[in-house]
Amino acid sequence: MSNPGENHIVPYRIYIYILVTLLTLTGLSILVTSFELGPLAVSAALLFATIKTTLVFMYFMHLKFDQPVYAIMVLVVLFVFIAVIVVTFLDYSFR
Amino acid sequence: MNINQGSFYDNHGKYKGILGWITSTDHKRIGLLYLYSIMVVFVMAAILGLLMKIELIAPGKTIMDAKTYNGLFTLHGITMIFLVVIPGLPAVFGNFMLPLMIGAKDVAFPRLNLFSWWLYVFGALVAITSQFMGGGPPDTGWTFYAPYSFRTSTNMLPAVMGAFILGFSSILTGLNFIVTMHRMRAPGMSWLKMPLFPWALYGTAWIQLLATPIIGITLLMVVGERVLNIGFFDPALGGDPVLYQHLFWIYSHPAVYIMILPAMGVISEILPTFARKSIFGYKAIVVSTMLIAIVGYFVWGHHMYTAGMSSTALFVFSFLSFLVAIPSAIKVFNWLSTLYKGSIRMEPPFYWATSFLFVFMIGGLSGLVLGALATDMHVHDTAFVVAHFHYIVFGGVGFAFFGAIHYWFPKIFGRMYDKGWATTGWVVFFIGFLTLYTPMFYLGIAGMPRRYFDYLPQFHGGNILSSFGAIIMVAGLGIIIINLFRSARYGPKAEMSPWGGTTLEWTVPSPPPLENFENIPTVTHRPYDYSKK
Amino acid sequence: MSQTATHAEHFDATASKIGMWLFIFTELLLFGGLFIVYSVIRFSNQVAFHLAAEELSVSMGAVNTVLLLISSMTIAMSVSSVQFGNKKLTLFLISITILIGLVFLVNKYFEWSTKIEHGLYPGSSVLQGFGNGDTLFFGLYFFMTGLHALHIVAGISILAWVLKRVADDNIHAGHFVHLENGALYWHLVDVIWIFLFPLFYLIS
Repeated sequence: MSNPGENHIVPYRIYIYILVTLLTLTGLSILVTSFELGPLAVSAALLFATIKTTLVFMYFMHLKFDQPVYAIMVLVVLFVFIAVIVVTFLDYSFR
Repeated sequence: MNINQGSFYDNHGKYKGILGWITSTDHKRIGLLYLYSIMVVFVMAAILGLLMKIELIAPGKTIMDAKTYNGLFTLHGITMIFLVVIPGLPAVFGNFMLPLMIGAKDVAFPRLNLFSWWLYVFGALVAITSQFMGGGPPDTGWTFYAPYSFRTSTNMLPAVMGAFILGFSSILTGLNFIVTMHRMRAPGMSWLKMPLFPWALYGTAWIQLLATPIIGITLLMVVGERVLNIGFFDPALGGDPVLYQHLFWIYSHPAVYIMILPAMGVISEILPTFARKSIFGYKAIVVSTMLIAIVGYFVWGHHMYTAGMSSTALFVFSFLSFLVAIPSAIKVFNWLSTLYKGSIRMEPPFYWATSFLFVFMIGGLSGLVLGALATDMHVHDTAFVVAHFHYIVFGGVGFAFFGAIHYWFPKIFGRMYDKGWATTGWVVFFIGFLTLYTPMFYLGIAGMPRRYFDYLPQFHGGNILSSFGAIIMVAGLGIIIINLFRSARYGPKAEMSPWGGTTLEWTVPSPPPLENFENIPTVTHRPYDYSKK
Repeated sequence: MSQTATHAEHFDATASKIGMWLFIFTELLLFGGLFIVYSVIRFSNQVAFHLAAEELSVSMGAVNTVLLLISSMTIAMSVSSVQFGNKKLTLFLISITILIGLVFLVNKYFEWSTKIEHGLYPGSSVLQGFGNGDTLFFGLYFFMTGLHALHIVAGISILAWVLKRVADDNIHAGHFVHLENGALYWHLVDVIWIFLFPLFYLIS
């Protein structure tokens, strides 16, 4: 079979909306650095990056429109990676 | 013309002779290419091991100086780990058998498969050049610990780059197998009708995919340290050497599951066949396989108990290490239960499988000694560790490999081997193996350090016994290999299913034709179904 | 259902796409390893990182971020346009993506040359003068953005190959998974930069 599984073609304007959202989030993440957030600065930066990445995965990379198997795999990989970081920090945060 | 005429040996594609082999995208030929390459490097690394044991037969310098010894154990480790045991079972038997066992014509990406082998050869050659260039053979151990790995003047770059290339080979094989199993199972073969060797390969493939990149980037950082002084692991520049250890073991611990999961898969194939009984607890084995793959990601710190981690880290890693032993134990229980009230057929694959159970148990139990914080303090970096990993890796993967070659030999080569010589080889090898590695447990507890070319006089007795065992074991290896070689050429022709196995590979001729199946089968039974046969 | 063994295979586009996603996972973890290193080192060198990051130009970083985001949109659109059968638009969108990638590399070149001119590169005597935190920051900066730039080059090469295949009509509305895969790779390169940008440019 040559059908990749999706019969719905994403309209161009969806991609434009997503780009605008991404650019706005980028602007916000820069704006946020002018506030004194202290330790929250890292979390804020990572939060924006995560939201942007989620949009890229779901729309540009089609996870929203594809069969669930792809999204499940992405979540598994994400889980493994985050767990590895957390466990690594069990060493560094408690020294 | 029906290309399924004759066996796959007769269908060489565009080229003849050697060229027909090294350009082939047939998974069976690629599996054999891996078999021959791995055998060559295994023999080389085994000789290195033998030389080490000769050096250790007496205290002080016996046949070599310390620097040479360090180079030897480094190359022995690099070769055995990256070139033999990690690729071993998946590359040889995974490649040959996976498509057959799931009722497919080949893997999902045959050309990528050939490329994986080429990467293997290329990586091996790059790593081996480290032995011959100006700086001298690497002497860091296969673990390349920082900061020594970037202070030493020995040839680190080719060793590290070779390992990096080999990592790619491993990743691409894993990727190929995952897609193969997702997309190419025969009609009717649901996931829970898939045999256990493919399931083992599936869990292994995910680890190959997700863990190997971490060692890849870590090796690149070692290059960065040596060439650019980036300083991440260099205490002189504010970096942390323990961070290197974390990254190294984040891959290298899951790597041991890349090694053992396929081995366990092989045992799950052999035991039902030679007990003529369905595997006990198929679903439990499937779940245990996936659990080992997942939990195995989070125990890496047990290689680092003495490195200076926080108490929290120590407790968590020890706890998780004990946890990960449970699914392995479940499998051992299930394998034994498979034999209970079975109709046992005494053949070499069965001998290898049962002796696997014995050595794997010992290796696993000694792992608990190492996994417990209090006891590990005493045996870390001693001969006890060396005994543990040889029992579990050589005993585990090695025995499974020999079991697999004796099990699938008739299918692969279309001939039978001599049972008497195979059995003799197994007996001699097994005795040698136990004699070689058991004393190391005692030597380690008594305090003999690992990776030393010299030792205190009180360790002499144990070392003599151990080195003697090495000679016996190598003799056993010789018998086994010669028997297999001779039988491949001169052995009596084998039938389609000499052992009465129930999985799909036994439904095609021995050896199989080029595209495996005349017609892709439709699967209705679960695997290992011995009812009404 | 059985089928006789033949040479002609039905092409499995889903297999191809899954394969690409799996490869993307390996790339994510490759950079993930660096991300772990960054987190640990920054955790122990908060102030030094904060100060060292002031050497980087937020506007340059922002421009590069905007460029890559736009290029992600254009390549995503090309997957739709190929399915609509619009060959010209597809060729145009892929070409724009490649062009933006090249501009990104040019910007990187200028950024890096400024740093190197000021002696801010791994192993320099200037860095040694500043101390460990700065050494590690710039070691990470060059290593991570360098590896990323290599992936931009790889991405451009892949897209150039895809562009050629669209031009030859080897990729079209009935068979476009290779364009999808090329696009996925490009999005990966974008996602990596989405994280690199705040980690290096937005901590001052």
